[in-house]
Amino acid sequence: MRTILYLIRKEFLQIFRNKFIGRAIFGVPIIQMLILVPAVTFEMKNISLCIVDKDMTPESRGLISRLDGSTFFHYRYTTFSESQARQLMNANKCTLVLEIPRGFGKDTGNGIPGRIMASINAINSSTAQLTWAYLNGVLRDYNADIIRQNPGSLSGQPVPIIQVTNRYWYNEKLVYSHYMVPGILGILVTAIGFILAGLNMVREKEIGTIEQINVTPVRKYQFIISKMAPFLIIGLIDLALGMVLGKLFFKVPFEGSVALLFLCSTIFLIAILGFALFISTFAGTQQQFMFIAFFCMIIFILMSGIFTPLESMPGWAQRVDLVNPVAYIMRINRMVILKGSTISDISRDIWSLVAIAVSFTFFAVKRYRKTA
Amino acid sequence: MTGQSVISVSNLVKKFGSFVANDNLSFEVYEGEIFGFLGANGAGKTTTIRILSGLSEPTSGKVVVAGFDAKKEPEKIKKNIGYMCQKFSLYEDLTVKENITLYGGIYGMSKNLIRERTAMLLEKLSFQAWGDRLISSLPLGFKQKLAFSIAILHEPRIVYLDEPTGGVDPITRRQFWEMIYETAARGITVFVTTHYMDEAEYCDRVSIMNEGRIVALDTPEGLKKSYNASSIEEVFVKIARPK
Repeated sequence: MRTILYLIRKEFLQIFRNKFIGRAIFGVPIIQMLILVPAVTFEMKNISLCIVDKDMTPESRGLISRLDGSTFFHYRYTTFSESQARQLMNANKCTLVLEIPRGFGKDTGNGIPGRIMASINAINSSTAQLTWAYLNGVLRDYNADIIRQNPGSLSGQPVPIIQVTNRYWYNEKLVYSHYMVPGILGILVTAIGFILAGLNMVREKEIGTIEQINVTPVRKYQFIISKMAPFLIIGLIDLALGMVLGKLFFKVPFEGSVALLFLCSTIFLIAILGFALFISTFAGTQQQFMFIAFFCMIIFILMSGIFTPLESMPGWAQRVDLVNPVAYIMRINRMVILKGSTISDISRDIWSLVAIAVSFTFFAVKRYRKTA
Repeated sequence: MTGQSVISVSNLVKKFGSFVANDNLSFEVYEGEIFGFLGANGAGKTTTIRILSGLSEPTSGKVVVAGFDAKKEPEKIKKNIGYMCQKFSLYEDLTVKENITLYGGIYGMSKNLIRERTAMLLEKLSFQAWGDRLISSLPLGFKQKLAFSIAILHEPRIVYLDEPTGGVDPITRRQFWEMIYETAARGITVFVTTHYMDEAEYCDRVSIMNEGRIVALDTPEGLKKSYNASSIEEVFVKIARPK
């Protein structure tokens, strides 16, 4: 134990003697939090709209003003030529081209369904789907209005008799930043742990100081623990920092127990640090490590469910995520912070994380060779 | 020199793939002696030292250091040796005192003992003013002397010095050898590799390696006599340069 303390002391001395790293350790998470949380959003506003109105009737204008009036759409272009509309779409100047053919106004209200055509730029498929969904929503309201205004012409369209009232649980106002903060907290802790710990280990190999350690009777586990502990502590401080920012700037509710969050993040950090140190035993240079680390982190993070729901991933990907520690912390953070889940609600995830942490650390100790 | 044997090597072979770095070495090193390990670059000296320190596993043969088998108990060997790398490997971003404390702590020395030895060491090297300076700011000669002192901080039975005086000025080299004598006088066996033939003359016994094999092993006097040479340098040239 004393040996470990001496080694940990040495790590801290080195980390904070390096002025750049010493500052970046606390600066990077702050910047990450303040930039990523407001920037990364799937909410869509101001979808640019191009109208080809060949009808020019009060009905068509009514539809257009309704679209323009919604916060989703922004009425940017109007033209009478389909080819010009296509050019605008080609030039990425509009996302949605809405064509209202002649006769739209005459038909609506006369029992004949009015026809319009929507062309949507689907380079980004989720943008396209959302655009379509928003458009449908506006049209539904518009339809209902027509029916209400023309009670006599009730031909096919019945007024809906099931009135649905919905409530969004755990994030009533669908505030996007509330959803992102727990995720970004996970990312921030991942990056600090993974990269710094691994680089630190490989650096000792590169400059040869590890040789001097290997020739001492230090036990392998002692050395690995002394490489993990400082970054575990730093990671938890960064987490605290991130939580304070989330509370102050983004008013995230933090429904659950803060102690539980720290407990889970501790286990998570051990898993990530173990993995990083395991990887570092394969790398001979910092460059090699960075390459592998970057590759692994991208996979861990993109598959973690931070941007896309885990449930919609293919079955094999969900099985891969069983060993992805970031996927667990993502879920845990969101459940504890937004839902106020208790330790018994997430016990399965916690035990899985414990198993991952223990095995990664075990592999790191096992792979680390004092005698080649 | 009639001490007990502290290093005993018989039929040591170390291969890296098809390359034979150590080809059937057998020798003994006795307690308290200064054992010179000579050889051209790439002769396999560092490989041997790494095996004797438990850093590298022998391919075959028997190696016993301080009573422990290098293949089975390398970690026990490590408790009993000090090792000074060819490549300087103290922490450059720590101060002199921090490095000493770290290694003292690793070897399980008590806080008081560390403090005591630190003070002693700094005084002996007349380093007192340098205790709080970063290693990276020290001149090479000081660094080498410090590395040596740290290697024997825990009073090991054997200390390995791998080309400790490479690139060091003659005065520091001389001081370094005074330190080696002092260490050996305290009963610590010194196993030293060098390129400087004058240094070989200071050793109790000298072995000369060539292409992975030990081709000569004797006292400096004995070597000069049997090769009919006036200096070790001459002996070395006669051996290393094929006729």
